[in-house]
Amino acid sequence: MGDILRFRDDQSVDQPSVTVDSFLDQSNSPAVRIEPGDDARDLLPHLERIRLVVVNFPSFGDGRGYSSARVLREAGFSGELRAVGDVLVDQIGYLRRCGFDSFEPNQPLDPDDVENALNRWPDVYQPTTDGRTPIWNLRHGETKNG
Amino acid sequence: MYQYDHYDQAMVDARVEEFRDQCKRRIEGKLTEDQFKPLRLMNGLYLQLHAYMLRVAIPYGTLSGRQMSALGDIADKFDRKYGHFTTRQNIQYNWIKLEDAGDILAALAKVEMHAIQTSGNCIRNVSSDHFAGAAADEVVDPRPYAELLRQWSSFHPEFSYLPRKFKFAVIASETDRAAMRLHDIGINIVRNDAGDLGAAFYVGGGMGRTPMVAPLIRDFVPLDQLITYAESCLRVYNRYGRRDNKYKARIKILVHELGAAEYTRQVEAEFAHLLEQGIEPPIAELERIRTYFSSPAFDLDASDTIEQSDPDFLTWAERNTHPHKQPGYVSAVISLKPVGGIPGDATADQIRLMATLGETYSFDELRVTHTQNIVMPHVRKSDLYTLWQKLDAAGLATANFDQIGDIIACPGLDYCSLANARSIPVAQRISERFAANGKGDALGELKLKISGCINACGHHHAGHMGILGVDKKGVENYQLSIGGSEAEDTSLGKITGPGFSEEGIVDAVENAADVYLAQRQDGERFLDTYRRIGMKPFKEALYG
Repeated sequence: MGDILRFRDDQSVDQPSVTVDSFLDQSNSPAVRIEPGDDARDLLPHLERIRLVVVNFPSFGDGRGYSSARVLREAGFSGELRAVGDVLVDQIGYLRRCGFDSFEPNQPLDPDDVENALNRWPDVYQPTTDGRTPIWNLRHGETKNG
Repeated sequence: MYQYDHYDQAMVDARVEEFRDQCKRRIEGKLTEDQFKPLRLMNGLYLQLHAYMLRVAIPYGTLSGRQMSALGDIADKFDRKYGHFTTRQNIQYNWIKLEDAGDILAALAKVEMHAIQTSGNCIRNVSSDHFAGAAADEVVDPRPYAELLRQWSSFHPEFSYLPRKFKFAVIASETDRAAMRLHDIGINIVRNDAGDLGAAFYVGGGMGRTPMVAPLIRDFVPLDQLITYAESCLRVYNRYGRRDNKYKARIKILVHELGAAEYTRQVEAEFAHLLEQGIEPPIAELERIRTYFSSPAFDLDASDTIEQSDPDFLTWAERNTHPHKQPGYVSAVISLKPVGGIPGDATADQIRLMATLGETYSFDELRVTHTQNIVMPHVRKSDLYTLWQKLDAAGLATANFDQIGDIIACPGLDYCSLANARSIPVAQRISERFAANGKGDALGELKLKISGCINACGHHHAGHMGILGVDKKGVENYQLSIGGSEAEDTSLGKITGPGFSEEGIVDAVENAADVYLAQRQDGERFLDTYRRIGMKPFKEALYG
């Protein structure tokens, strides 16, 4: 396993991840790997036995993984959501907002650049499952969260 | 008009710093050109044929005098003393140095402007009716909804790497002045029988190489679900839009391949799910935004007559003004289409003059039209003559709004690395021809649009007459099409037949115009006559 940047305190899953097809077939694996063309919703009936979902980004410009992540988080998935592949520092803020909490990039990320990227934005416009209070709500009396 | 609060300002300032950091990492070699390219594009920076081009966002085409003036200063300081207003109601600078880009973005941020998401496979600047807030025929001002969409779409974490670019237009009247149904999503704000406002969603329109008119997928989305519905439309697209072929990646292809009914079914399922997620902004936010778009303090006793002594002025006033909801006022159109000029270009001095005139005569407000002109939305009729004199002295009083001289043209092969043929010189020759033969007046409303390649940035599919430049064995060749419309009677033009040379296309346009002049019946526009008599008489005149 290469360097993994994690934003979780629990123990990471050791077993290798299996494809969505083999998972749905009969696998007992707690780790599943989603390719861009897979439908994350296929996993929703089984979330209670999944501890790690790996979402592959073969190219950083293929944004389907962002929706896959949100679909899983909106369905209540609380396990580890890991972005792997062509994962770059300039996308990491958006990936975090969509629910990813670990990263296994092809090329190592400069920790200072990651720090800068994650602290760049004082606030956000849109609500996601990351819990940050959007500007829309801050303007109308809600206090900052997340 | 809308003003940033400290939240909006902080977001734009953060973006400037982010881009400076990205440029630095590119120079240090931490970013490859492939990795840097989408980042600079999402900040409006293109590499064209001869230089970098910077496209600045003008949300829903609305500007204050101070902002307009800053655009003139940027043209002076960082470009060759002119700017180019575009069909997205934006402005482009064609001669930018990469090392100046950060400073230009900082100069824009000082006047609450930016170049965010003016390119790239993300949600682009939202366009709207250029007479919004002024037009006598609107249901409401559509811009508060466009502003809400601007905020929602800015730095959207899920939709910044879509299959392809994504364009919204928002209108709020039956008359469509924004080519609403030729957008990825067109929204018409309507009032239902109960008197409530809502949004009609048209999804999957567009021009480009596969032009399509967007079908209506929902006739009424309540305003407190507007963002949730938009998010649903985008999520279905982000998950299922094609990514295997750049030319089939726009949402129009997805809607077409699935069928509007199936696409709608999927959106509605996503919508039901997202309603439970509570992603809609509080309705108080929409109310807050609306307060910025309240009507200016009109003079209720303003005279409803205009100066009658000068025939040149009267001609301009008849052609270049639009009825206003407030008696005693009009919206005035400043044509950026002088005879033989480059459509949409304005010099730094002209830009600053328009800024000053907007401050003095139009409650400090200006608009950019998607037809590459400038609007002064709220002009007192008693000021109109003085305004015209000042415009005329600066070469800004060409009286040709919506006439054949008011040509939309893309930058074409003079600037653009995608183009197959030049657009600007063709526009210049046609404009000169019709100025010389004096037929412009007789022709009345005739919308001519020119694209220098199949990507259709010059909207040729939607022109009453459209011209498409192609490369034919190394020689520029121009196809003529007839019968397109971007208005509420949206239609796509049909090609007349074989293309023409650069000189030949100018003759062809005149020949087609002559068919109309010979055959028109009472009150018919060129488009109406074509729709009545069909293509045959035009083909006979062009190729017979």
